[in-house]
Amino acid sequence: MGTHDIIAPEQRRTLSVLVEDVPGVLTKVSGLFARRAFNIHSLAVGPSELPGLSRITVVVDADSKLLEQITKQLNKLINVIKIIELAPENSVQREHLLIKVKADSPTRLQVTQAVELFRAKIVDVSVDSLTVEATGAPDKLNALLEVLEPFGVREIVRSGGLAISRGSKSMTDRALR
Amino acid sequence: MSNLTATTPAMLASKASSSAAGISPDPRIYGPGRTVEPVAVTGAESIIRSLESLGVTDVFGIPGGTILPTYDPLMDSEQINHILVRHEQGGGHAAQGYAMVTGEVGVCFATSGPGATNLVTPMADAHMDSVPMVAITGQVNAAVIGTDAFQEADIVGIATPITKHSYLVTDADQIPRVMAEAFHLASTGRPGPVLVDITKSAQVAQTTFAWPPKIELNGYRPVTRGHSKQIREAAKLIQGASRPVFYIGGGMIKAEASEEFYRLAETVGAPVVNTLMARGAFPDSHEQNLGMPGMHGTVSAVAALQRSDLLITLGARFDDRVTGQLESFAPDAKVIHADIDPAEISKNRTADVPIVGSLKEIVPELTVAFDTLVAKHGRTDISGWWKQLNRFRETYPLGYTTPEDGKIAPQQVIEKINQAAGPEAVYVAGVGQHQMWSSQFVKYERPRQWLNSGGLGTMGYAVPAAMGAQVGNPDRVVWAIDGDGCFQMTNQELATCAINKIPIKVAVINNSSLGMVRQWQTLFYESRYSNTHLNTSVSDSGGEIVRIPDFLKLAEAYGCAGLRCERPEDIDAVIAEAMAINDRPVVVDFVVSRDSMVWPMVPAGVSNSDIQFAQNLTPQWDEED
Repeated sequence: MGTHDIIAPEQRRTLSVLVEDVPGVLTKVSGLFARRAFNIHSLAVGPSELPGLSRITVVVDADSKLLEQITKQLNKLINVIKIIELAPENSVQREHLLIKVKADSPTRLQVTQAVELFRAKIVDVSVDSLTVEATGAPDKLNALLEVLEPFGVREIVRSGGLAISRGSKSMTDRALR
Repeated sequence: MSNLTATTPAMLASKASSSAAGISPDPRIYGPGRTVEPVAVTGAESIIRSLESLGVTDVFGIPGGTILPTYDPLMDSEQINHILVRHEQGGGHAAQGYAMVTGEVGVCFATSGPGATNLVTPMADAHMDSVPMVAITGQVNAAVIGTDAFQEADIVGIATPITKHSYLVTDADQIPRVMAEAFHLASTGRPGPVLVDITKSAQVAQTTFAWPPKIELNGYRPVTRGHSKQIREAAKLIQGASRPVFYIGGGMIKAEASEEFYRLAETVGAPVVNTLMARGAFPDSHEQNLGMPGMHGTVSAVAALQRSDLLITLGARFDDRVTGQLESFAPDAKVIHADIDPAEISKNRTADVPIVGSLKEIVPELTVAFDTLVAKHGRTDISGWWKQLNRFRETYPLGYTTPEDGKIAPQQVIEKINQAAGPEAVYVAGVGQHQMWSSQFVKYERPRQWLNSGGLGTMGYAVPAAMGAQVGNPDRVVWAIDGDGCFQMTNQELATCAINKIPIKVAVINNSSLGMVRQWQTLFYESRYSNTHLNTSVSDSGGEIVRIPDFLKLAEAYGCAGLRCERPEDIDAVIAEAMAINDRPVVVDFVVSRDSMVWPMVPAGVSNSDIQFAQNLTPQWDEED
């Protein structure tokens, strides 16, 4: 491979990976990315609607050829049940952001206004800072960050991308016979 | 997948017949389709009974603290012959050699910690070369995992990227299922190594053994049947190509598809090149065979790929040692790529017609599809193509020069071993110059005649792998063709061979140096020989005789016959003497010239079209007239 470290960010792709919930499965998935020098932008893992199965949402920087190789290599992992790509146009993509921003009496109002503008929530308050929670598409969160940046950002925690397909179908429908 | 049994019936049948002799009708000795009603056992007994039920007859290993419980019932098994090796790496390579000659799963045992980490190299080797192998390791008690307990190593974590799959078993009840799954995974689809790491606490626990277990592999469904439309598409390309070439890889041997391929090759009439891992998949004596392609391939095989308009790639993976600089590899060729592993297709070179499946099924279908097309539309004339390739083959055959120092030419030794032992023998090489010469100068006529470490390039593979091959094929002559560097990495298994009456023959091609590295130093580092002199036959300067160690004495110390050959005129006699010894291993120290080099060669990073058939000599590609 060797060329994928220079791929433009617009080639960001989201994969939803259904895996067996067994010890070491996350190591196997993340280890594969490291070994094959695939770039992970973010990775989020949690239980799925089926007992014994977890879902990993992984956002990667890849062109179509590399994405095909990533998918094939993931499929070789015995604990991986199914992989689908969730394209932005037919999926809902969200990320969760927690941010601690400086806010003393002169700036508190401005910060609060910005938070409201982005329909984010203030979840913790202290004398000189506010903790803000926001959910949205990565672009929206980046915009919020940009607005809050001048006030002084103390800490950022992002969940990594989560995504689900639009419509009534579930990815697990046909995954298990 | 619900009614899946542990392993293929053919595998069990062949195993059952080979192990039937001399074994009492013990009800614990099982054949295919054998069922066992639930019985109370320990986890350790469950391991041994699972192995027996899977048809295992030979295991290579070394006991230690955490695998001790399993070695106890092993002692009572009449079916399983355990061979006590001297180093776990040797046990792992022996399992590989066993698997490579028999086509069955090779099995090795090791204890936790260092025992398990010593299996890392064989597992990585088996992973690269798709060798079916199951490694069973003891692990510390479940209660102390993660506490840095004595001889604790996270071998599952270590082995994950170098195995097809790995298991940690902490619950004894899971043992039969995991064992059955491990063997199924190792031997089906693209074969590979599977690690089963079992805690000591699971081995000593009380459990129930029943057979067959239910396999639960929802994420594993290898495709074996090739897509018919793709196969017809491939046939169409072959029918229309004027410069087609079969590029076959180790997958052909793994799929046991050599016979089917023979028919396809003859039906199409195109030239065949076989990679290092595919030597023997198609007979060298066949006129369509141009030999090995790649860095040290024949000029005609390299030229066939470079000038082709269609690569019919079967079970090969466009390894960098075959393609050279990828951008300039086979620039005018369309690519048909058939492989059992979908991830290999379009990994390095984009395929025009990808076919996922087993060659065992694809190759005969392709033959029929091609025949049907030819009946309708006739053939494309490829006689001009053959004329061109035959000119390369005749002008640039494999060859070697007599060394100027008057010493033995290593290539000649290998040629003569082949003349004496023939195609029914098994040839096992280490890694380096002697490996390339063994690929070039032994005539391979049948699959599983040739074993080597192709992908990983593991020095030290030859002696233990030959040992495993000899156990798997007790009636064949097994020659390990090794280098003096490689031999010193794993030769302690000579003890295992001598004690267990495993009469391998080892030819040490002794050029007193790390020969391939030395060759690169000659060619690319102005003959500055940094750390490549081994002093196994001459001093650094070449001026005096130094033998550290003396391989003849070493052989004798290990209970083997030791022979030495230093003059070209003695080669035949010494080989004859080695061939006559069948009651113990033989080591022959062939003292050869250290200036002999492997040719042809494509220097790293350049186009295959720049191949040199001797130093600084490139073929004349176009005819002048």
